[in-house]
Amino acid sequence: MPGIRVARRITGTDVAIWVTGAVLITIVVVGSVSTLASGRYTVRHWVDFLVAGLANGSVYALIALGYTLVYGILRMINFAHGEVFMSGAFTSYFLARSLEQSGMLNARPVVSILLLMALSMATSTTVAVLLERVAYRPLRRAPRLVPLITAIGASFFLQYTFRGLYGSGVRGYPQPAILDGEWGVGAMRILREQVLVIIAAALMMVLLYRFVQRTRTGKAMRAVAEDKEVAALMGIDVDRVIVITFAVGAMMAGVAGVLYALMFGQVRFFMGFLPGIKAFTAAVLGGIGNVPGAMLGGIFLGLVESVGPTLFLDGLGIPAPNQLKDAIAFSMLVLVLIFRPTGILGERLAGKKA
Amino acid sequence: MRKWMLLAALLVVAALLVSACAQRQPAGEAPPPAPQVTDDIGVLKIGPGEPVRLAYALVVAGPDETLGIDSRRGIEVAIDDMGGKLLGHPIELVGEDEGCNPEGGQAAALKLAADSRIVAVIGTNCSSAARAGVPTLSKAGFTIISPSNTAPFLTAPDRGPDFDGYFRTAHNDKVQGAVAAQFAYKFLGLRRAATIHDGSPYAESLQQVFADEFRRLGGTVTNQEAVGPEDTEMRPVLTRIAANKPEIIYYPIFIAAGANITSQARTVSGLENTVLMGADGMFSPDFVDAAGSAAEGMYLSSPDFEAFGAAYSDFLAKHQKKYGEKPLSAFHAHAYDAAMIIFKAIEKVAVQGPDGTLYIGRKALRDAVAATGNHAGLTGNLNCDPYGDCSDPKIAVYQVKVGEWPPKKVWSPE
Repeated sequence: MPGIRVARRITGTDVAIWVTGAVLITIVVVGSVSTLASGRYTVRHWVDFLVAGLANGSVYALIALGYTLVYGILRMINFAHGEVFMSGAFTSYFLARSLEQSGMLNARPVVSILLLMALSMATSTTVAVLLERVAYRPLRRAPRLVPLITAIGASFFLQYTFRGLYGSGVRGYPQPAILDGEWGVGAMRILREQVLVIIAAALMMVLLYRFVQRTRTGKAMRAVAEDKEVAALMGIDVDRVIVITFAVGAMMAGVAGVLYALMFGQVRFFMGFLPGIKAFTAAVLGGIGNVPGAMLGGIFLGLVESVGPTLFLDGLGIPAPNQLKDAIAFSMLVLVLIFRPTGILGERLAGKKA
Repeated sequence: MRKWMLLAALLVVAALLVSACAQRQPAGEAPPPAPQVTDDIGVLKIGPGEPVRLAYALVVAGPDETLGIDSRRGIEVAIDDMGGKLLGHPIELVGEDEGCNPEGGQAAALKLAADSRIVAVIGTNCSSAARAGVPTLSKAGFTIISPSNTAPFLTAPDRGPDFDGYFRTAHNDKVQGAVAAQFAYKFLGLRRAATIHDGSPYAESLQQVFADEFRRLGGTVTNQEAVGPEDTEMRPVLTRIAANKPEIIYYPIFIAAGANITSQARTVSGLENTVLMGADGMFSPDFVDAAGSAAEGMYLSSPDFEAFGAAYSDFLAKHQKKYGEKPLSAFHAHAYDAAMIIFKAIEKVAVQGPDGTLYIGRKALRDAVAATGNHAGLTGNLNCDPYGDCSDPKIAVYQVKVGEWPPKKVWSPE
């Protein structure tokens, strides 16, 4: 109605949110300024923090893609995705061990790493497709909470299957000698394994982006994400597209599994849990359902975890800040969601679909 | 129709139950006169032929399982040495996994506390599990002996009634942390140290004792950092440490995170030649496997196996025969001693009825364990103090060589 001003009322919740945001920003700014002013860390140290964060963040990003793709299409959080990642990494461990024993891992490192990735991707894809067929498809018409709980159950099932099959100990993942050592330019310094992780992750992300944007199948995926019923009316086989979506997400997780194992040198049945949670956070941070958002969210989270404890808290004189890195990462999530409730690149889903 | 079948089935079940109950109590036989045993917190009655039930709460699953399996084997060998029998009753061993964390300790304790036939508990392995679980076990009236808890507060004079009936055969962190600091300062001649813990009471107090002792000797502690037990990316925390150029990093944590720190430390600039040192929580071949070649040459403190008595070599022979391998971790002998102390105490306090029924006063059992003196155990000559410390602490430092287990002893105090 013209002439009548509708003033948006400011509620107590709004005030609380703004105060939280302001406090977080103040801590970040004050902490960063005093850390940098103290001069305790040189440029070289900061580069080390950034590179470690970038490498770890690339892995988060790859896993986050699986969450975001599935969410985009089914509006469902596949909490078993961390275990899809673990199953690939764990299975490739056995191949890595035999490659190491036969000497091939060091004689032909490139072929070996490609083989490991192929096996890891195949395992992850099989697990994810079976999961979709057995656990999720029968529940597609069920209320939204049902597949969510099923996903958590599937996650435990996979974890304890691997524990039952291969035991619960930590296993050392063999490292090819070619990944030892580092490259340096002046104060810059980067480990070879970090180079591999960053490049491989970037390549996979570019491939995925092109796949979604440029191919017919990618177009079908986007159509199903837009509206399942209409897509079906246009002659798109929705079930097939959903299976492909799970498979593509799982391939990303498979590659991430090998990269993670090569970077940290160990696998165990529980290894998927924490990266899974972190990647889910990354997907939300970037705007869940949005492919570039998941990449951005993953890298952002990796950087915050690596740089944050020292940059934000060292200057405030907080002892042993690294044990607070998860708290920092989740505070950043809160901060981002205060100002952009749909994530960094999130679409406005609220009215449209959710 | 269905209802009738259900009713019939119920009747059959009821009839079976009644007959089963009736068989238990043969009519016409008077119960034998029972000896009068009274106790402040209850008397455990073990009928003729019934087993003496000993429980364990050890970390027998998960990444730190070698620690718990190693301890359990110590108990099993002790039971074998008793001939599987105590005062004519078979010894039965039951147990729960304590997960090496507070939640696991709590869950294991609740499960065990529900079983009133248990006489005593050997556990926990991890101090974090003990903090959460021991109060529950103590309230259930059990006697508890830990083979590997080392956090000082568990046997501190102000530990409170929650820890009544708790003892340990493991050395207190106060001993191990100090030995590690003396090794770094005196033997290696290092003056700058950094420490990392994982928030567990074990690691936190151990690194604190180390830092205090290192400062007291005249050294500088450059960093006291912390990580999470599930963390994998350690380079940021190591980079922080590298900025202050320590000569040694002491991280007395557990296998998974410890292996990550070990393998990543060498890749952080400034730490290429820094000495690495851990403690008995990582004293396991699993750790060396997970850390890979980076573990070469690092130091681990652990009980001094060479200082153990002659009986220890007998124990090793039995262990080899029973399990076909060397001990997996550091606390099998402490677990053996814990079991033996309990058996000896039960022999002392148990009252035997004419039909072979055993009556064990729970408070009396605790008092008997507390009175343990000059017990010739595998780990030395054990004497319990009023707050539950029973150990004869002998610590040595070992140096890891990849592909070889156990590692070689390089130093012990004195």
